[in-house]
Amino acid sequence: MDITVLIGSITLFVMSIFLGFELITKVPATLHTPLMSGANAISGISIVGALLGANVAYEGGDTLVSGILAFVALVLAMINVVGGFAVTNRMLNMIAGKKRGGQ
Amino acid sequence: MMIDDQWIGLGYLLSASLFIFGLKRLSHPRTAPRGNQLGAMGMLVAVLTTVLQMELGDGIEGWILIASGLLIGGLIGWFMAFRVEMTGMPEMVALFNGFGGAASALVALSESWKYIEDETLELPSGLELEVMVVAAGLSALVGWMTLTGSLLAMLKLKGGVEIFGKWIRTPTWGPSWLNPVKGLLFLSTLVLIYLSIQEPTETDYLFAIIGISCLLGILLVLPIGGADMPVVVSLLNSLSGIAAAFTGFIISNSVLIVAGSLVGASGLILTFIMCKAMNRELIDVLFKAFGGSDKEQLTRTKVGSDADEVAMMVDGAQKVIIVPGYGMAVSQCQHQVKEFADLISEKFDTEVKYAIHPVAGRMPGHMNVLLAEANVPYDQLIEMDEINPEIPEADIALIIGANDTCNPAARTNEGPLAGMPIIDADLARTVVIIKRSLSVGYAGVDNDLFYMDKTMMLFGDGKKMMNELNAAVKEL
Repeated sequence: MDITVLIGSITLFVMSIFLGFELITKVPATLHTPLMSGANAISGISIVGALLGANVAYEGGDTLVSGILAFVALVLAMINVVGGFAVTNRMLNMIAGKKRGGQ
Repeated sequence: MMIDDQWIGLGYLLSASLFIFGLKRLSHPRTAPRGNQLGAMGMLVAVLTTVLQMELGDGIEGWILIASGLLIGGLIGWFMAFRVEMTGMPEMVALFNGFGGAASALVALSESWKYIEDETLELPSGLELEVMVVAAGLSALVGWMTLTGSLLAMLKLKGGVEIFGKWIRTPTWGPSWLNPVKGLLFLSTLVLIYLSIQEPTETDYLFAIIGISCLLGILLVLPIGGADMPVVVSLLNSLSGIAAAFTGFIISNSVLIVAGSLVGASGLILTFIMCKAMNRELIDVLFKAFGGSDKEQLTRTKVGSDADEVAMMVDGAQKVIIVPGYGMAVSQCQHQVKEFADLISEKFDTEVKYAIHPVAGRMPGHMNVLLAEANVPYDQLIEMDEINPEIPEADIALIIGANDTCNPAARTNEGPLAGMPIIDADLARTVVIIKRSLSVGYAGVDNDLFYMDKTMMLFGDGKKMMNELNAAVKEL
């Protein structure tokens, strides 16, 4: 790895944190829970790493344990992703549906 | 191959952009459903890009393995998301946080384990090795901590666990000497990470890091109880993102870094919103014991009212403001509350509004989720700052299982509650409080509101009292 690649990654890391802070400034209380569970679903992005890991491990015959670890990570990340987005969707539908019902 | 690599990079860029738009829209009520869909789309793009990348590389050898992993996880997640009751939402969010952290930590472990298992694999050297080891160490620290912390938080939100038919309450314990221990454990993890740069395949270091991180997660959440849970839940949310970002450094993948840090930042913002609503610093919430320790002896008494009396008061009220608290969540009486609101607005033409304190309940937005489940129109849920000026015009403030969030002691400069923003329920013409007893809240401060002349106490379980109240209103 080149030092410039590392600096690039760190830049990306820091800038994304700044972006995250700027992106969400004021959130109404109604959206606190959906925002949290939606953001949590996004943190399941490590599914990308799990996919790559599970595949590489399958190719090399000697890395069984590593493969199993990646597979477990894949299942957990997928639960997090699908469950997170689905439950957020359910909550938001409920909130949006009530708004119409009240008028 | 060069062209293909570029497409992969662009795929991840698209995915990251979708996450950014998704999060932005999730913070506005009108656009939130779309925001969630954008986020899901971003995830789909990321997964497809990754699978495509593997296909373009050496082919997907283990596609059955990968497909079954996706399927199993997807089905479990889907099942859990649709089975969960709205009342079980805090536990569910905590559990998902834990899974997210664990997934990141496991990916990190899998990457390191490859080199331990297969000695023919050549370890990277120099900077690349250092980056890999440090990132894997940090990802393990944050990830495992998030897992154990979230599991404990889940048990705390549940209140306890049933083992062999015996209900065991989740303990809250944390003497102040525990803080230096936590600091020491944290430092030793950093030392272990440093040591493993010299010996990357030393499994003792690896297991020690995992063990200490798990312990840290438990020690971090163990002392925190009750009303501070919203802070913990949103902080764990932030940590699960940070863990993903660190994992991104190991496999040098941009979308992991971007998405992880976005979640880390947004979770932290939510954490600060929660802290502000309690007028406390994050550090204090995490490391300082709060109230509760030596509970004030209650010397005052108050005669309870009954539902008929309250129903008579409601008859003729033009404006009623309902103030829900954790007690409503515990007794799960949100449907009865909604029924009450419908009854009085039909029968007496009373205007009903709900006053929502940001930290009412046990997770950010807890009250809103429960009331939305009971079909309460979204525009009747008013946030603290907006409802407070209206309260003096209200004939009745009906407080259901809330205590600290409307304790006038917060306006003084003394005690644990000093300076905390509250709902000014005491300014309403009449205050009705449904509560099981006069006992103090989480802060351990006696509530003057209970003893005011204009206050009527309905002692009892929220659901039971709301049912009685509804019956009494119907009879009028």
